[in-house]
Amino acid sequence: MSPLIEVSDLRKYYPIRKGVLRRQVAQVHAVDGVSFSVGEAETLGLVGESGCGKSTVGRAVLRLIEPTSGAVKVRGRDITQLGKTELRPLRREMQIVFQDPFSSLNPRIRVGDIVGEPLKVHGIGDRRQREEKVAQLFARVGLRAAQMRNYPHQFSGGQRQRVSIARALALDPSFIVADEPVSALDVSIQAQVINLLMDLQRESRLSYLFISHNLAVVEHIAHRVAVMYLGRIVEYADKTTLFTQPLHPYTEALLAAVPMPDPTLKRQKRHVGGDVPSPISPPSGCHFHPRCPYAEARCRVEAPVLREVAGGHQVACHLR
Amino acid sequence: MSSVLEVTDLTTVFHTRRGLVRAVQGVSFTVNRGETLAIVGESGCGKTITALSLMRLLPMPPAEIVAGSVKVAGTDLLQVDDATMRRMRGSEIAMIFQEPMTALNPLITVGRQIAEMVMLHENLGRSAARAKAVEMLRHVKIPEPERRAREYPHQMSGGMRQRAMIAMALACRPKVLVADEPTTALDVTIQAQILDLIGDLQRELGTAVVLITHDLGVVAEVAQRVVVMYAGRKVEEAPVAALFADPKHPYMRGLLASIPRVGTARGMASMDERLQEIPGIVPPLNELPAGCAFAPRCKLADAHCRAEAPPFEMKAADHAAACWKS
Repeated sequence: MSPLIEVSDLRKYYPIRKGVLRRQVAQVHAVDGVSFSVGEAETLGLVGESGCGKSTVGRAVLRLIEPTSGAVKVRGRDITQLGKTELRPLRREMQIVFQDPFSSLNPRIRVGDIVGEPLKVHGIGDRRQREEKVAQLFARVGLRAAQMRNYPHQFSGGQRQRVSIARALALDPSFIVADEPVSALDVSIQAQVINLLMDLQRESRLSYLFISHNLAVVEHIAHRVAVMYLGRIVEYADKTTLFTQPLHPYTEALLAAVPMPDPTLKRQKRHVGGDVPSPISPPSGCHFHPRCPYAEARCRVEAPVLREVAGGHQVACHLR
Repeated sequence: MSSVLEVTDLTTVFHTRRGLVRAVQGVSFTVNRGETLAIVGESGCGKTITALSLMRLLPMPPAEIVAGSVKVAGTDLLQVDDATMRRMRGSEIAMIFQEPMTALNPLITVGRQIAEMVMLHENLGRSAARAKAVEMLRHVKIPEPERRAREYPHQMSGGMRQRAMIAMALACRPKVLVADEPTTALDVTIQAQILDLIGDLQRELGTAVVLITHDLGVVAEVAQRVVVMYAGRKVEEAPVAALFADPKHPYMRGLLASIPRVGTARGMASMDERLQEIPGIVPPLNELPAGCAFAPRCKLADAHCRAEAPPFEMKAADHAAACWKS
């Protein structure tokens, strides 16, 4: 049986143009050959730092931006080659929740209409049926039906994120890209939204691509995790393996850098130095080698390929 | 230990069209030389307004500091005239911000911004001040400081800009550094570098640090004492170990229970394990309930809590909280 979502060798390059003729002088390799799959009722966590291409992956998978190359198969069918009309019914299956609930909701539209919009676009039901469905969706995400007539500014950040989730659920999707869905929320509100996402998964067998820079949140919500660095996946494993036996030096560094909310733990001081390099001119060989404490001559010239080291555990490193 | 910063009963209000908003109400704390005090809380709890009040950087009006004192080495910053305050900013008390891009002047090279500040406070000529600026950039471990000093803020990465801000803030060796979410905008590997840097410089210079943050992980790693704020008030204060081991206020207990932790579950947290939630939302400051501001979200709250605000009092040795139920 093929997985719900199967992404292979996905690439997204952006041209850099200069001068009056707008000639292309270089390319940003935002996503540079990424492959993964998401099964039914499964959550894949996609982690990495800013600029690593994780959000670009999320958008390219939904074809909100057109990938440069690669395939995105939904239930075995490649959607990258489909035309607009052929794609439309598949769009119902795939939705997205954005990071910032303040800019992703139109401030001039009542939230009931925001949540009902996908139903309208896809011509589902009449006005009254749609309203009923929206009321059900509000109940599912923990909002009161009376709030349907309010505008986004009348809601707090956490409530707005519930509205975004209700909108994503309107068409009964099987797959949701959640792009940093709790990063803009206060700590005491994050747990509410994480629990909601997990409850919905249990109830409706939803699959998530959960994009986040927050490793603790990913460890809590994901089944499997892919770690990205400068456009490539450097490590890919089930959650337990990744958090207990990280193999890639970058994954190690990430885990060591997360501040732990426990003052009894002695702070380990083995932090990687340096900045995340620019994706316009990434380092040669392994992109991580300038910051890697173990780098050898080979790492500077030859890019390591992602290979399987144990059942389902993949890593892109010459030394592991 | 001698305290270098003594804040007593600080009360800051905003005069708005919708009436008086009490952003900070009677907040007191002290910070010793070389010590880090963390002020934690969520958005709207008053932590940043507290920081800006210390620096006297709030626009007045609409803001007004209606009560309290902020003493740095014995001088009350709230009583001195504007010219004196300008002299004290940088040399006695300095601040770094969450987003260095908005705090640095985009039209002036980084080296010149630091040099200007040095010339304002120390009797140095232009070339000596420039040399000092380069020296400070080297001190905060910016590679190739001579070249970087000639760059503009937009040419630097976020982490590099934060280093430059730290260089500027510490150039005149202030006694107190106020750091408002200094690593929130940074990636986690860069955050670790910046926290290390602040710690190293603090040990070297003996700076007292007031660290404003919402990240309990950062608090646990760098602070010695912690003040927890909620809706403009201090609700708990304790040494960091005591606070995390035995939080007295239900809000702090709720926060600690609600955060997922890396590694503690060792990846084996069962998917059925729900995070504990704190129900409801932070109340807007102009619609604070009577009594305890946390009561509408608190499992333990009763009629007494809703009617009368609890006093901030000692619950254990060196551990105080404002709660009727602890």
